[in-house]
Amino acid sequence: MIDDETAMIRDTAERLFTDNCERETIAAAWRGEWPATLWDEIEATGLTKALVSEEKGGAGLPVGAALTLIEVAGEFAVPVPLAETMIAAWLLDRAGIEPPQGPLTFALLDGGATPGEGGWKVDGVTRRVPWGRSARLVGLVDGGNACQLVLFDEGAGKVEKGANAAGEPRDTVSFDTFCDNASVVNSPVSSAELHAIGAAMRTMQMTGALRRATALTLQYAQDRKQFGRPLSKFQAVQQNLAVLATQCAAAAMAATMARDALVSDELLPNIAIAKARTGEAAGVAAAIAHQVHGAIGFTLEHDLQFYTKRLYSWRDEFGNEGEWNRLYGRRLAANGADGLWPAITNAA
Amino acid sequence: MQEFKFHQVAATEAMETLRGEVRAFLAREICDRTPAERSLTWAGYDAEFSRKMGEQGWLGMTWPKQYGGHERSSLERYVILEEMLSAGAPVSAHWIADRQSGPLILRVGTEAQKERYLPGIARGEIFFCAGLSEPDTGSDLSSVRTRAIETEDGWVVNGTKIWNTNGHRSHNMILFCRTSSPDPEARHKGFSQFIVDMSLPGVEVRPIIDMAGEHHLNEIHFNDAVLPKDALLGEEGSGWAQVMSEMALERSGPERFLSSFPLLVEMARALGENPSDEAAAALGRLSGHVAVLRQMSLSVAAMLQEGQDPNVEAAIVKDLGALLEQAIVETARLIVPAEPDLSGDGFSSALAMTMLEAPSFSLRGGAREILRSIIARGLDLR
Repeated sequence: MIDDETAMIRDTAERLFTDNCERETIAAAWRGEWPATLWDEIEATGLTKALVSEEKGGAGLPVGAALTLIEVAGEFAVPVPLAETMIAAWLLDRAGIEPPQGPLTFALLDGGATPGEGGWKVDGVTRRVPWGRSARLVGLVDGGNACQLVLFDEGAGKVEKGANAAGEPRDTVSFDTFCDNASVVNSPVSSAELHAIGAAMRTMQMTGALRRATALTLQYAQDRKQFGRPLSKFQAVQQNLAVLATQCAAAAMAATMARDALVSDELLPNIAIAKARTGEAAGVAAAIAHQVHGAIGFTLEHDLQFYTKRLYSWRDEFGNEGEWNRLYGRRLAANGADGLWPAITNAA
Repeated sequence: MQEFKFHQVAATEAMETLRGEVRAFLAREICDRTPAERSLTWAGYDAEFSRKMGEQGWLGMTWPKQYGGHERSSLERYVILEEMLSAGAPVSAHWIADRQSGPLILRVGTEAQKERYLPGIARGEIFFCAGLSEPDTGSDLSSVRTRAIETEDGWVVNGTKIWNTNGHRSHNMILFCRTSSPDPEARHKGFSQFIVDMSLPGVEVRPIIDMAGEHHLNEIHFNDAVLPKDALLGEEGSGWAQVMSEMALERSGPERFLSSFPLLVEMARALGENPSDEAAAALGRLSGHVAVLRQMSLSVAAMLQEGQDPNVEAAIVKDLGALLEQAIVETARLIVPAEPDLSGDGFSSALAMTMLEAPSFSLRGGAREILRSIIARGLDLR
């Protein structure tokens, strides 16, 4: 029941990444290189603006179909901020700013924005910013009553480098700068909503990475022979592979729930449910994938680690399982025990 | 890679209207049911309750009207099932007839069989059980030895069935047995199915009491029981294909992940409206798992509605479902400081009942290992 637009986007993205995101590209990014060619190829297709309306220079695709791209990017471990750029551009569009070219990222700014003559004085710090060193930041300043969205100039912040377990840049960027009126607007989302949107993004990426880790594992189990037969013919291994597939299927269902939540704009509780469920699946699945692969799977020589390291990172970004489970659990508890089942059926 | 197809199923207005009706009905009919009784979920037996469900038009929902059915969608039927299970309603009396016996008769039965049984099932007056496993059979159904031999008068049956649910309080059984000798070259040949009147001479039901002290299970002996000619269900020799389709119906429903739901409700009640961080996370985690599995299970129901064969998807839901049902027990006991006691208060009694039934969750309707081998086959590994 995949619609035509989703199938088309998936197809385009798969071809693009197969040609331009090979193992050497991912490995080089892990060593700290910015994959300029890959980024240029992606941007040339217009996919970075897949979530942007036609009036603001985007393709005007249905949101649900466009979000599929994020899943595919996870499946190919695409080492550029494609998902972040898509989401940041979407936010800018919704706030009335035409998204610029080039990589974008988004984060909550711990600080303040003060209106002044001809613009705003913005100062504060953003932490664990995806690709903070190479992407323009769309920062959300939560002023309590009103939230501002700020499109910072390139190089406006001071960058302190950091990285997640997969080597993806997660930088601390601090600002003490002046922004003109055109780049500071009322935010279409609150800081809690921004956090949930980020969680949905990582949920979809994890589903893609899980798909690839599962495919690699199934293939390896059929290719690798031990004691005279393929690993996949051992019942003990088969049972583990079945568990891997069930976790992958549950994560895919959860990602669909997260995607639909983004489309419907009713972010909670489904994004909370989905991020926690997918994060849990990521842990179980990565463990089985590595167990089946044996020693080669945890070396840099093998592709599996590209995906499992991302799973280990993404499950903790924008809230881990504990955080989202607590949030959902608190909502349910406040409903009362007899409201538990109605809450579960209403969320659909 | 083999793709499993799970899709989000949107609720229709008809489903939500029906949901409201069921909730009103349940608020009226089972308000005095205790937590321990609710924890029996689909093992809870109440013939009068089944009859009332029949009156509401909630049995045989998808069957043609000419046989007493209501020609509603599988998804509307799904609403009835999940609302009944989550509330812990006593649905056991009609469960097997409505879920598998009726649909099987509808598919392969003669006109006379359909007219004789289906309207009664839909009214909640005729209850069925299934005669599948045997003492030496376990998960390997092709090893059954019970045999029906054709004579001038009908079929003479000898053998023993075990792990039968509700045989002591059902009117009929759908019996799976041999009608010709085993052929080592073709293990799935020579089986047939029969509709057995449980009151016939030569059919003896002996109780098996489970470790909670409940009597749901039986061993059933056939000693020269004579079935009439027209007891044969479907074609002679087609029993294997028929029983496989019957078991697919057994695996796909919401009873495969909601068996512990009444305990989760009691856990939430014991925690109150302001739980600790740890307790909130536990409640959120288990409920989130329920929510995701529910979508997967609904997706399977939608595939059945469209005439697809979601055999592997159903196995995935059942495997994850049993893990969740058992995890609810193990989590609840750590989160709420109470000991299990069947005669205790709400949480203690629900914990005791669910815990004592929990080993069966990953056995009945396909053991965990069998389900995983079905999934492995779906992955082209076998």
